[in-house]
Amino acid sequence: MKVTKSGMVMFLYILFLMLPIYWLLNMSLKTNNEILNSFSLWPQNLTFENYMTIFTDKSWYSGYINSITYVLMNTVISICVALPAAYAFSRYRFMGDKHLFFWLLTNRMAPPAVFALPFFQLYSSVGLFDTHIAVALAHCLFNVPLAVWILEGFMSGVPKEIDETAYLDGYSFTRFFTRIFMPLIASGIGVVAFFCFMFSWVELLLARTLTSVVAKPIAATMTRTVSAAGMDWGVLAAAGILTIVPGALVIYFVRNYIAKGFALGRV
Amino acid sequence: MAEIHLKGLAHSYDPNASEEGHYALKQIDHVWEDGKAYALLGASGCGKSTLLNIISGLLHPSKGQVLFDGVDVTNLPTEERHIAQVFQFPVVYDTMSVYDNLAFPLRNRGHDEATIKERVLNIAEILEMTDVLNKKARGLTADAKQKISLGRGLVRENVAAILFDEPLTVIDPHLKWLLRMQLKSLHLRLKRTMIYVTHDQTEALTFADKVVVMHDGYVVQIGTPEELFDKPQHTFVGYFIGSPGMNFIDAKITGSQAVIAGETVELAASYEIKDSDKVELGIRPEFVTLSAAPSAGSFKVSVKRIEDIGRHKIVHVDFNGNDVSAIVPENVAITDDFTNMVFDQSRINIYSNDWLVEGGLSHD
Amino acid sequence: MTKTWNNKAWFMVLPVVILVAFSALLPLMTVVNYSIQDTFGNNQFFFAGFEWFEEIMTSSRFHDALGRQFLFSTIILAIEVPLGIFIAMNLPSKGWKSSLCLVLISLPLLIPLNVVGTIWQIFGRADIGLLGASIAALGLDYNYTQNAVDAWITIIVMDVWHWTSLVALLCFAGLQSIPEAYYQAARIDGASKWATFRYIQLPKMHGVLLIAVLLRFMDSFMIYTEPFVLTGGGPGNSTTFLSIDLVKMAIGQFDLGPAAAFSLIYFLIILLMSFIFYTVMNSLDKKEG
Repeated sequence: MKVTKSGMVMFLYILFLMLPIYWLLNMSLKTNNEILNSFSLWPQNLTFENYMTIFTDKSWYSGYINSITYVLMNTVISICVALPAAYAFSRYRFMGDKHLFFWLLTNRMAPPAVFALPFFQLYSSVGLFDTHIAVALAHCLFNVPLAVWILEGFMSGVPKEIDETAYLDGYSFTRFFTRIFMPLIASGIGVVAFFCFMFSWVELLLARTLTSVVAKPIAATMTRTVSAAGMDWGVLAAAGILTIVPGALVIYFVRNYIAKGFALGRV
Repeated sequence: MAEIHLKGLAHSYDPNASEEGHYALKQIDHVWEDGKAYALLGASGCGKSTLLNIISGLLHPSKGQVLFDGVDVTNLPTEERHIAQVFQFPVVYDTMSVYDNLAFPLRNRGHDEATIKERVLNIAEILEMTDVLNKKARGLTADAKQKISLGRGLVRENVAAILFDEPLTVIDPHLKWLLRMQLKSLHLRLKRTMIYVTHDQTEALTFADKVVVMHDGYVVQIGTPEELFDKPQHTFVGYFIGSPGMNFIDAKITGSQAVIAGETVELAASYEIKDSDKVELGIRPEFVTLSAAPSAGSFKVSVKRIEDIGRHKIVHVDFNGNDVSAIVPENVAITDDFTNMVFDQSRINIYSNDWLVEGGLSHD
Repeated sequence: MTKTWNNKAWFMVLPVVILVAFSALLPLMTVVNYSIQDTFGNNQFFFAGFEWFEEIMTSSRFHDALGRQFLFSTIILAIEVPLGIFIAMNLPSKGWKSSLCLVLISLPLLIPLNVVGTIWQIFGRADIGLLGASIAALGLDYNYTQNAVDAWITIIVMDVWHWTSLVALLCFAGLQSIPEAYYQAARIDGASKWATFRYIQLPKMHGVLLIAVLLRFMDSFMIYTEPFVLTGGGPGNSTTFLSIDLVKMAIGQFDLGPAAAFSLIYFLIILLMSFIFYTVMNSLDKKEG
């Protein structure tokens, strides 16, 4: 195979991206003893002990279940409320529409650190503290504006004549929206789902602030283990690898839409 | 400006193609004369864009050579071939002004600004774009953008040929005609070799000195518009050129007599054709006459449908199970008793396996 | 597309407004409330006017954090935007190679922020990390927990590792939207690679670049988790960015008033900067086109 300049650039870049991840994988398959006492590029004594610890200890694996629970809740909520709103923005003009759209986007710019404490107080006062729904709602802060923005982009790409034709053919609005319109922007919905998943999955600050035991996300479990129980490097690495897996799976499924999706439907 | 010689050219998009059917472009040997305007005409997917891209150097042919003025350019990249091309969709450099767009090819080749200015102004004059020179190209209409693309080709004085790839696709219908006229007068004035790809016969016939008709990867005929009309070399040409296309009727030929649909037609020449071949008689609707009274050599037909398209009428008749169309002047009223049809004997062409057969002297 | 005027569309927007108001407006009001009050504990508050704002605006702690934040965001943008464009131009444009590269380069984007911190925490350690050990083997003194410069370099490399792909993917999407005819025309016009980039690719990437710069600016300006896990803001305060400082103040020290005033100033700076970026890049676009 001929090595081109582009190929070389991509190889180096991907190597740069993969090395740290490989190193984590490498460590997750070693015992703590081996990690600390010998330095090797691959595990000398391959062990799945670290993974077994996570799969058998409830305080570890429930972290995954909690994370996935609130991430999925957030994704569903974000898409459900964003769909009609994005449709309104893409098809109609109404009082204050531009200001509203801009206000929504400013929320994407809000630093989670600003909201951490008020959120804590707000959700405590309404009795939602340490529940999955609290985290899901909090993440709506940045996911809903993004979802509206992306969906609006995709919807504006669908000619308005399609709506009109459907109404002439006697479709009701709901039937038109679910049967005709949503299939047309299916890739847009997929992209939004991907982004909601991504941003909710990687966020830690709010998720950690709003939970303590019942809904504690895996990410928080990891930080606490690090600070409390000394350094159990092997288990930490294994837990890290396991948090990469869902993301990798999601990317694989949306691989053909990634590029268009990251452009937020605006290309 | 150059003469373009296509020598044993063939192309397949499949690098391992063996059979002829795999080739998008079958063997071509032709010389295209310097300074003439050619139109490449054919239906979508007939290989005309492939041929254009081979000439421009965007595609490397699987076989054969392309020669410009006798110099083999087959292996030269596009930028060294001195050709210009106008694409189907307008390609302009959005962020540049019209002036900079026109100057771009010259600047890339390192000309000095004084020369550039002179040539750009000259070309802008020809294209009637002098007043928009300082505008951004982005805001212009599609036809103006196409003129800029053309202008970028014209500013270079050593351009061997200007290629057009269906350039009027996105132009409003009422501007198409205007732009075509401008293009034609431009050609007459500048005498550059121009190659114009289209699937629209009107565009091809009005623009070109010679029309190259392509079908299924073959060049089936190269000729002037008259030749294409009078003597189509292939049934596809007869069918594709003209509106409606030529009538084809299955025939059996013996000497200078043809039997079609059970009737005998006397031919102006005699033919020798193998029995195994598929033989057809072709006649243009313009040379089919209908009348109420029978005359010598007329056949009985029945009128099926009349289309009135303004300048004349197209009458579709049933001739013993064959569909034949005839063009009748607007002022002739066609009624159902117009049941006699006559062919203009001198205008009959005979085709064997879709290719034209030249007749010998009649022995009668 | 021409839109029809229809105020009933408000009903379709209502769920979003209620939801975002609940999770954004209410907390923000709490923040505003705190920012202008003081307390001696026992949930007794009294009006403090703009005292907290003055205190924050004049505190050297805030100035330092703000300075570090701007320096960080500037460096990040200066590296990630050109690098992202460069990567995008080298990405294979079709076929399985393209899919594979896209999947691989997207991977860092889907890793939880604290795991990103953990990965680099491990990777950079001289005793157990590949990077740290390699640098140590070269005889260089490198320790990101002790040396402020090393800490900065590590955080910047980490952020480049984490987010350059986002810029690259955006630019790639922009490049994909350029019809092949543009490249053919450029070849016919004899354009150099640079001219092709400058006059065809860059103008077409303009829109996505705007999104990329905005997103990268906002997110780098809000960065919290990754440096928190990696360095905890240290050594000293050398990597204490605005968010880290804010959380220290609000949750660590429970200084609600100053923290609230801090939050509002912080938020306003981001809004202002984003607005400036947006306006400047848009007007550049107008001037060009």
